[in-house]
Amino acid sequence: MGIHRGGQESSAPLTPRSKSGYAHFHLEGSPGPNTAETVLRAWRHKEKGMSDMRFEAPATVDAAVALLAGAKGITRILAGGTDVMVHLHSDMVEPELLVDIKRIPDLHGISKEAGGWRIGAAVSSMQMMDHTEFAKAWPGIIDGVKLIGSMQVKGRATIAGNLCNASPAADSVPSLLTAGAIVSIAGPNGKRQAPAAQIATGPGKTTLGKGEFITSIFIPDAPPHTGSAYLRFTPRTEMDIAVVGVAVSLTLDNAGKCTAASMSLGAVAATALMVEDAAKALVGSTVDSAALDRLAAAASAACRPIDDKRGTKEFRIRVAGVLARRVAAMALERAKGN
Amino acid sequence: MARLYVSCRINGDDTEYLCDTSQSLLDVLRDELELTGTKEGCATGDCGACSITVDGVLVCSCLVLGAEMSGKSIETIEGMAKGEKLHPLQEKFIEHVALQCGICTPGLLIASRNLLERNPNPTEEEIRFWLAGNLCRCTGYNNIVDAVTAAAKELRGA
Repeated sequence: MGIHRGGQESSAPLTPRSKSGYAHFHLEGSPGPNTAETVLRAWRHKEKGMSDMRFEAPATVDAAVALLAGAKGITRILAGGTDVMVHLHSDMVEPELLVDIKRIPDLHGISKEAGGWRIGAAVSSMQMMDHTEFAKAWPGIIDGVKLIGSMQVKGRATIAGNLCNASPAADSVPSLLTAGAIVSIAGPNGKRQAPAAQIATGPGKTTLGKGEFITSIFIPDAPPHTGSAYLRFTPRTEMDIAVVGVAVSLTLDNAGKCTAASMSLGAVAATALMVEDAAKALVGSTVDSAALDRLAAAASAACRPIDDKRGTKEFRIRVAGVLARRVAAMALERAKGN
Repeated sequence: MARLYVSCRINGDDTEYLCDTSQSLLDVLRDELELTGTKEGCATGDCGACSITVDGVLVCSCLVLGAEMSGKSIETIEGMAKGEKLHPLQEKFIEHVALQCGICTPGLLIASRNLLERNPNPTEEEIRFWLAGNLCRCTGYNNIVDAVTAAAKELRGA
């Protein structure tokens, strides 16, 4: 699986099936090792024949909640489906019930409310990118959304799904955290709200209970002279997974002095991190070179990365500092412009 | 479990099909409807060979369920030429030798048409970013970019 993208899931975390069948699946006639993994997976899935999975597309949140509450086994929510479909077809999960929430009118649309913006759980990345007014208000969120997979994936993937898939490298999540986004959740015990920062608890794991799903994400209005930005490091410019991602949001007063700042890091810990020392580094300064040095040091100090094929711990720690400077400079320019 | 009944439009024609709940739209197109112009590359949304549009939105049909399509309008490569008359993008792909083995071509044509509908005069950079989700292992992409640029010019009447 290549790219992190939307498609939110509720209830149980991923439950990989036993892969014991793979070892005995004979490869005679297979054209070569380069195609084996994908071909095997697809064949195996198709050979199983008809799925027992139930598919429902309710028209209201209440109907969706009732369906999910009535299911005994594993359930999944289908919004953008860009993660769920891959999980289904690689047999990582075999849900009893799949609930398509895109037929619920309330979950569509990007709307201005008192005090902020509400993004429905069924809104695709492409719809967000095309919404010029929202993009102007929160460019940092759009920086992240633009990086979610290909145009084809952005046509479907949602930020609610990006949050629920709980990849530490999810590109839209750090900016949601710096923006102070609040998530609305529906479930068998009623509706509740939670800060976006409290959804993911580790790779593929969330605080959403059985039968709960995100209905919308509320993004508070930014004060005047606020700028936000997100950058990531990837070996390729497109279609890649963040090795480090950094989001910064900062607010200036009329004299150009920073009055508030927040920073979030992706791909350097089990979840996206908020860096509490970001405000200490920037507030009271004009976001000058010394302040950026402090911010870079705070970013590097907050990292708790792993080594993997895409980057070593040392590399990620260093790059987090480099990106923090660049992202803060972008956010500063945007803050001056509005 | 009974198969699901779905009614939608494909390339302007009212279409009905039965599908399994976990069957991708790509498999429905190819295996149930014999619309095999749409290709399967990776089946994980990484290669773009299965690109189609649903209600005008460019998507990978391997990442869409057949079951989701009630009432939707789907466009595939089979609807691109009008009878014997090729779409300007198809003509320019041939003129510029923008294909070799051809597996990526239907997806690239659909993705390119979607780009030109949104942006009739894209820069080279915009074309390359838009088509980043369509992998081609033969051409090296330059001929594809040239073909899209030429087709855009023709479609603008320039």
